[in-house]
Amino acid sequence: MLDAMQTGAPPLVQMDNIYKQFGGIHAVEGVSTDLYPGEVVGVLGHNGAGKSCLMRILSGAMRASSGQIHVNGAPADMKSPHDARAFGIETIYQTLALANHLDAPANLFMGRELRTRFGNLDEKRMLSEATEALRQLNPNFKNLREPVARLSGGQRQVIAIARAIYFQAKILIMDEPTAALGPSETAMVADLTLKLKQEGIGIFLISHDMADVFELCDRVMVMNKGRNVGAFRIEDVNKDDILSLIIKGTLPDDWEPRGNSR
Amino acid sequence: MSAATQGADKDERIKEISRFRQALIRPELGGIVGTVAVFTFFLLTAFDSGMFNAQGVMNWSVVSAQFMIIAVGACLLMIAGEFDLSVGSMIGFAGMMIAIFSVTLAWPVWLAIMITFVLCVFIGAINGFIVIRTGLPSFIVTLAFLFILRGFTIFFPQVLERKTIIGGIKDAAEGDWLAPFFGGKVGGPIFEWMGNVGLIETFSRGTRAGQPVVDGIPMLIVWAIGLVIFGHILLTRTRFGNWIFAAGGDAEAARNSGVPVNRVKVLMFMFTAFCATVFATCQVMEFGSAGADRGLLKEFEAIIAVVIGGALLTGGYGSVIGAALGALIFGVVQQGLFFAGVESSLFRVFLGLILLGAVILNTYIRRLITGER
Ligand SMILES: Nc1ncnc2c1ncn2[C@@H]1O[C@H](COP(=O)(O)OP(=O)(O)O)[C@@H](O)[C@H]1O
Ligand SMILES: [Mg+2]
Repeated sequence: MLDAMQTGAPPLVQMDNIYKQFGGIHAVEGVSTDLYPGEVVGVLGHNGAGKSCLMRILSGAMRASSGQIHVNGAPADMKSPHDARAFGIETIYQTLALANHLDAPANLFMGRELRTRFGNLDEKRMLSEATEALRQLNPNFKNLREPVARLSGGQRQVIAIARAIYFQAKILIMDEPTAALGPSETAMVADLTLKLKQEGIGIFLISHDMADVFELCDRVMVMNKGRNVGAFRIEDVNKDDILSLIIKGTLPDDWEPRGNSR
Repeated sequence: MSAATQGADKDERIKEISRFRQALIRPELGGIVGTVAVFTFFLLTAFDSGMFNAQGVMNWSVVSAQFMIIAVGACLLMIAGEFDLSVGSMIGFAGMMIAIFSVTLAWPVWLAIMITFVLCVFIGAINGFIVIRTGLPSFIVTLAFLFILRGFTIFFPQVLERKTIIGGIKDAAEGDWLAPFFGGKVGGPIFEWMGNVGLIETFSRGTRAGQPVVDGIPMLIVWAIGLVIFGHILLTRTRFGNWIFAAGGDAEAARNSGVPVNRVKVLMFMFTAFCATVFATCQVMEFGSAGADRGLLKEFEAIIAVVIGGALLTGGYGSVIGAALGALIFGVVQQGLFFAGVESSLFRVFLGLILLGAVILNTYIRRLITGER
């Protein structure tokens, strides 16, 4: 999975020197990072550290004040979520945000609805495609015609993940995807994350759950007050190192890379 | 029978129940129940009053159709998460503009109507742009337009004609090709035939002796039915309809899924203005005049019809058919009390009770549908 990194192929995503200001607030200050296919990069930090802003800039939901983004080596100007999707970037949010009163197929295809040649919604095809996509991820998924307001948090997240897979995302942003879920649903989403990674999708994962981070991530990047204060391969750090970076913005004084020496 | 097929049977039955449930429990259910209740009530109390003969039916149909026209616009806008409180003032303003263009300025009526439509839909777009650009609640923005438009509706005729009512539109509309699409009637020959064979009554005296008491369906009703069908198909059969639901439910989530939320909202403000202008044009063509006080309180009547019809005030949920039924209930109650000889001031009491009952029932139905608590 880190082969691509070693062969010198351009990264899937490269973000260079990204800045974002809101009036006097510097939400993101000169952050650079990259992502390779089949890799999970953890984005960590306190609340308000700027993680969501950085990811929203990548997903086209927010415009950077300055900085460049390259996708597969080519400059990419993300003006809207629509543009980002054209680059194969999909996002899964902590808020489980869906159109509550519409059913699962309508939500899966939201913004990219299938239509018949008369231009009306092709409900039949959307239902059958959605059934297949959702059952692949979770065989227990029933009630496809019910408003998603009736579904559990886990089922809602499955819809969001199915959306990414169905539309063949290359780059997936998961912004605290399990923050609103219970333990068993969290485990299910972790499983799905590994499955997506095996299919060669590159994933940015924002999470506060250290167990998840060490289980899923290949690399981590820690943000503190809008700055990137450290990026490491996961073998080179332990939980205490990461917590120190998150809280103080620096590594413990006696730190040295852990993975290579041992 | 093997266990496996038994299992399958059981599954099928569950599916059937849920399908039955789905067919029954829908946003329109409250409107359907209300409509049945209201008709039952008046069939029992006012059957002999003339409410259900040809003239009576036409009477409450026209009133209901008026409510329907503005309710369709208000319904789609509310589902998209916004309000328009300037609908009533827009009705007065649009009517006055048609009168000023066609009578004061002596333009052809078709041109007066077209320019008025363009102007009013444009004002609707301004409403929408201000709401999405400033992020202010549409409640406040359109409240401002309620005053602004009403003010102009009183100001213009006073300055130009030194009065608050401009008449003479009937004469101006004589021979115009567009005016009959709003002020005309359709189906005349059918009603004549029905009169001849005795299906409906005919006048026995006067200049119209021998003619049927109802001589056609006013275009107002055709517009109402057309707009309801259009709105229903748009909402339930097109992707734009899904976007309306998404924009009103969680605008941020909709944006993140690539739904052009701002465009959806602005278009719905424009559609609401369009509906108000249709209402105004029909009214002006029927009365032959435009008055500065026309359309007063219509915005609330539209919103009430929509809410009776099951829509959620906070957006993201509702039905055009429900809103149309809400308008029908509204019209039938208003005219029915008149037929039943009830003191007309009690109309408001009835309306308040119906509104309260409908909202309680609708909340209960919605919880059944969405599982929210
Ligand atoms: N739309 C916005 N307008 C103004 N300030 C914002 C906005 N979004 C985020 N911020 C500010 O930017 C900073 C970083 O926020 P965010 O990226 O959400 O942090 P995180 O996701 O790491 O918790 C915070 O101080 C937050 O208040
Ligand atoms: Mg965040």
